Amino acid sequence: MKSFKNNILVLFAHPALQNSRVNSQLINYVKDLKGVTFHDLYETYPDFYIDVKYEQNLLLKNDIIVFHHPLFWFSVPAILREWMDLVLQHMWAYGKTGMALQGKKLFNVITTGGRESMFQHDGYYGHTMIEFLTPIMQSAHVCGMEFLPPFVVHGTRNITQPEIKRYGDDYQKLILSLRDGRVDLEAARSHQRINSDLESIIKTI
Amino acid sequence: MQGEGFFFQAFVYLSAAVISVPVAKRFGLGSVLGYLIAGFAIGPFGFQLIGKEGQDVIHFAEFGVVMMLFLIGLELQPSLLWRLRGPILGMGGLQVGLTTAAITSVAMIFGLPLQSALAVGMTLSLSSTAIVLQTLSEKNLMKTDAGQSAFSVLLFQDMAVIPMLAIMPILAMKAVGAAKKTEEAHGGSTTWVEGFPGWGQALMVVGVIVFIIIGGLFLIRPFFRYVAKTRLRELFTAAALLLVIGISLLMSKVGLSPALGTFLAGVVLANSEYRHELEVNIEPFKGLLLGLFFIAVGASIDFGFIKAKPGLIGMLVGCLIALKLIVLLIVGKIFKIKHDQNILFAFSLAQGGEFAFVLFSFAVQNHVISNTVANPLIGAVALSMALTPLTLIVNEKFIQPRFGTHEKEEREADSIDEENAVIIAGFGNFGSIVGRLLRANGIGITVLEHDSDRVELLRKLGLKVFYGDASRQGLLHAAGAVKARILILAFNDHEKTVNIVHMVKKHYPHLTIFTRSYGRTEVFDLLDEGVHHVYRDTFDTSLKVGIDVLTTLGFRAYQAHRVAKTFRHHDEDATHVLRHVRHDKNKFISISRQRIEDLEQLMLTELLDPDEHIDTGWDDTYVIKEFGGKNKDKEI
Repeated sequence: MKSFKNNILVLFAHPALQNSRVNSQLINYVKDLKGVTFHDLYETYPDFYIDVKYEQNLLLKNDIIVFHHPLFWFSVPAILREWMDLVLQHMWAYGKTGMALQGKKLFNVITTGGRESMFQHDGYYGHTMIEFLTPIMQSAHVCGMEFLPPFVVHGTRNITQPEIKRYGDDYQKLILSLRDGRVDLEAARSHQRINSDLESIIKTI
Repeated sequence: MQGEGFFFQAFVYLSAAVISVPVAKRFGLGSVLGYLIAGFAIGPFGFQLIGKEGQDVIHFAEFGVVMMLFLIGLELQPSLLWRLRGPILGMGGLQVGLTTAAITSVAMIFGLPLQSALAVGMTLSLSSTAIVLQTLSEKNLMKTDAGQSAFSVLLFQDMAVIPMLAIMPILAMKAVGAAKKTEEAHGGSTTWVEGFPGWGQALMVVGVIVFIIIGGLFLIRPFFRYVAKTRLRELFTAAALLLVIGISLLMSKVGLSPALGTFLAGVVLANSEYRHELEVNIEPFKGLLLGLFFIAVGASIDFGFIKAKPGLIGMLVGCLIALKLIVLLIVGKIFKIKHDQNILFAFSLAQGGEFAFVLFSFAVQNHVISNTVANPLIGAVALSMALTPLTLIVNEKFIQPRFGTHEKEEREADSIDEENAVIIAGFGNFGSIVGRLLRANGIGITVLEHDSDRVELLRKLGLKVFYGDASRQGLLHAAGAVKARILILAFNDHEKTVNIVHMVKKHYPHLTIFTRSYGRTEVFDLLDEGVHHVYRDTFDTSLKVGIDVLTTLGFRAYQAHRVAKTFRHHDEDATHVLRHVRHDKNKFISISRQRIEDLEQLMLTELLDPDEHIDTGWDDTYVIKEFGGKNKDKEI
């Protein structure tokens, strides 16, 4: 049945995609790939009435979970947080009998207006992106999932069209490599963002 | 003019009631005493406006008691009656047995032979259903332990009358044949069962009871549905009266108490959708007839006789009340009624009953007792009945405060009524959705619906729906408007909605009203009436269509939701603004137009001008403006 090494679920959350420049393009690089389920949360649940059973089944069918979203207040958009609150149930995702997500992998795909220089200990925000993602990381650990460094697109406020295309290509390449099991996870974990040096973590077989 | 005599009598009775009852109520004496005083006033010993016909009026007005028991039956679910079987048989049986024994002994001490004494004992063991139940329900005491116990005992007494009537001829000291002859000569209504052997009579009685139960379950409801379809209110009233009168006739024909028969029919119909509507229709007749009955009792008290032998009558009344009181207290103690409730229970039942009039005259006919014995006793019974409201007041004012507070009362939840917090009037497409949502969340609802076909259908679906027109105050009352918190008017008739709102604001100001309405004009009307929760029928649906069309056209679903919400708030604001200027046509139109333009402007700018988003929070256009263009490298 399973034709790929890893099935990938992209949980996409953007409340105003109609006004988006970067994300509206980025998603096109991954949403129709084989072995990838692209799931647009704001489009599916405009009333926030999340179908927990359906979401859990989606998770079960996939090996790698991607939270794709713009960074809002150094965190995820509201619906993704609601998704976590509802879908990651006790005794299912965590707790004594909550083993459903054991061994799966989770990482964020984040767009942010702030440049990378701001996400430094001596930068404007005083913390790195991965530090801001501590709640997500810890949640992943509680659920027995492996947390990978995020794919980050910095400085979206004045990003150029060629840059967007390059990020798109990288995003696609990363997803395809993960799908086919060609990513050196050990190497990936050593980076602050997974896309800082993509070539070095992708194995060529 | 023919019938002038009747009109004169009616005029006398009605004016006596209208004058004396409010006065009695004002002084806290209750309506029963008011009626009795009215009867005394117009009777042979008052202004002599009516003469001896008082006795005939009693017989006619006893029909009020029949109706009262029908109404009581309607309030009693069969399951509750079944649960009361213990108190009815146990307490009732004990009370009748002990009282009969006690009074019989006293009567024998006074020199009556055993048979006569037993007849007197049995007769005086009965209490007055009419006075007790009317007084207790007026004081809102029916649902207390004492009220329930009193009711159980009274129910047993009503049943006990039948064997008592049967025993009377056996007690006769003269030949039975002679007694029978006098009875026939008396011209009482002939019954079907006469002349049948004992087992045949019994069979017939059982047959009639079974007929009433089966008829109530299977015939009466289709019959009422058929009548209700005509939508003629008076026809429904006629049908309700027909039912009660028909059952009374049937019961009399087989020699049973009509009150018992209608009570049974009431119980059978207690679960039916027509329950509330029947209550509303019978209630006024019951009230009037019962009033008439009390007046007649008041008028028939033979004050001449009492004046002649005040000592004898006084002693009889005193003995009667005291004996019954003691027995009742003992019965209450045995059945573990709490102290203060027991006192109330005993005081409420310590009098003779209206059946005593019937039984005494029957006993005299059968030569069981003589007139010289019966007359003072009838006087004493009537007086004791008249004294009941007074003794209850004495109990309330003087005895309870002193002795009644020993035990803290832990009241159990009322199990009799399914009075719900929410009443829904109109259970069509609109009301049923509201109702189902509430029910699904464990909220009890009482539903009133005026379409008998729909009532039938919904009942089949297992919903508790009552047939009736909510614009009648009586029906709302019967549906529990006094205790409810919320009234939902969910039918599609604006005039009617406004009328009901008027009525409810007047009589049940505590109810929060939710109404539906068709358009904005109707919303204005209802807001003016002081309704805070007004919902336009089609508003949410149209918004939903708008959302779905936008989505189909390619809008993001969440965006479509957001703009619809904006639209909704804008429109609701507009409703409140426009409401105040709607009588000024020019102003109304100009403000309306301005509002529509404002809204469209707001939404269009959202689409066309990226600088003017409604939901700026998700967009960094502003942020870019402040913090970062391409040429601004330095970040703070």
